[in-house]
Amino acid sequence: MNAVIVGCGRVGSGVAKQLAEEGWDVTCIDEDEGALARLGEWRGGFVVGHGMDLDVLVRAGIASADAAVVATNGDNTNVVVGQVIQRLYSPACVVVRVLDPRRAAFYAERGLRTVCPTQTAIATLTDVVRSCEASVL
Amino acid sequence: MYAIVAGGGKVGANVTRSLLTMGHEVTLVEQRRDRFEQLEAELGPVVLAGDATEIHILERAGIARPPDIVLAVTGDDEDNIVIAQIAQDGYHVPKVIARVNDPRNQGHFDLLGVTRTLCATSGLLGLVEHEVPEHGLVKLLELRREGLEVVELQVAPESPAAGKRVAGLSLPDDVRLVSITRNGVAEVAGLDTVIRPGDQVIAILKPGLEDRLRKALVG
Repeated sequence: MNAVIVGCGRVGSGVAKQLAEEGWDVTCIDEDEGALARLGEWRGGFVVGHGMDLDVLVRAGIASADAAVVATNGDNTNVVVGQVIQRLYSPACVVVRVLDPRRAAFYAERGLRTVCPTQTAIATLTDVVRSCEASVL
Repeated sequence: MYAIVAGGGKVGANVTRSLLTMGHEVTLVEQRRDRFEQLEAELGPVVLAGDATEIHILERAGIARPPDIVLAVTGDDEDNIVIAQIAQDGYHVPKVIARVNDPRNQGHFDLLGVTRTLCATSGLLGLVEHEVPEHGLVKLLELRREGLEVVELQVAPESPAAGKRVAGLSLPDDVRLVSITRNGVAEVAGLDTVIRPGDQVIAILKPGLEDRLRKALVG
């Protein structure tokens, strides 16, 4: 199984390492060559470039990818690149990180698989407070 | 008319000034604090501070009314695509125009349904080609939504069309000659108009037929 990860920051590199450990062939894309250091001893692919550049996506193997994870530090770049990948290459799984909950919901309603860490944090923190309250009671 | 202008750079600020002068109601959204303060000092309460790709900022700008037009003219193509998508798909704004900063991103705008776009670089290049026609055919206008384009060609001396009437040319079905300019004088092309070497011909056609038109007129 092949995966392309666009954006090799804390999140992207973490997903890349995890998938590679589970036997996936993973290629990461990042504008900054230095991001390679986040991957440690990396046997997968790495392409320096921007996710908006189709040549970069193709060099990373998007045409034969089973999954694409788009997790750069820009919400708008992520939703645009995610939609472009979905429409042009339709891998089985395209998942996009969107920090803004409302934008995440807007694009989720329109068929893009979005993950919103902010929403997850809100839910988790609220749950923790609720469970503390329950134990106090 | 009510317009929301997203992005207060040179383009956004000048469009806002013009629309206000024309008597329209405008909200200009600018993200950078220093630029916002500058614009607010000049234009007053029509300027709103914030990121126009955030839905709550667009709502404060009145996106839900909805406005008659939204102009997504920030310096960032991804931002412009998102603003345009939220405006057209989320709030059914009747007219949305987006600025393409990097012409290499034009395909992304088209693919994602942002069909009314403006790219200064492509426009400028078109003008340069118009002055220096190297490929024999210059695109003057692309009507993306309608699936048509307007092009200009110069008839070569050895052209197969030279000396023929327009009616006698073997042109593809979806091509029409619009006008012919000879010695600086333009006339509307009719079926009886005769093509001469050196003529500047303007034609309207469906995209993809450029090569066949070029073969017919230039050779």
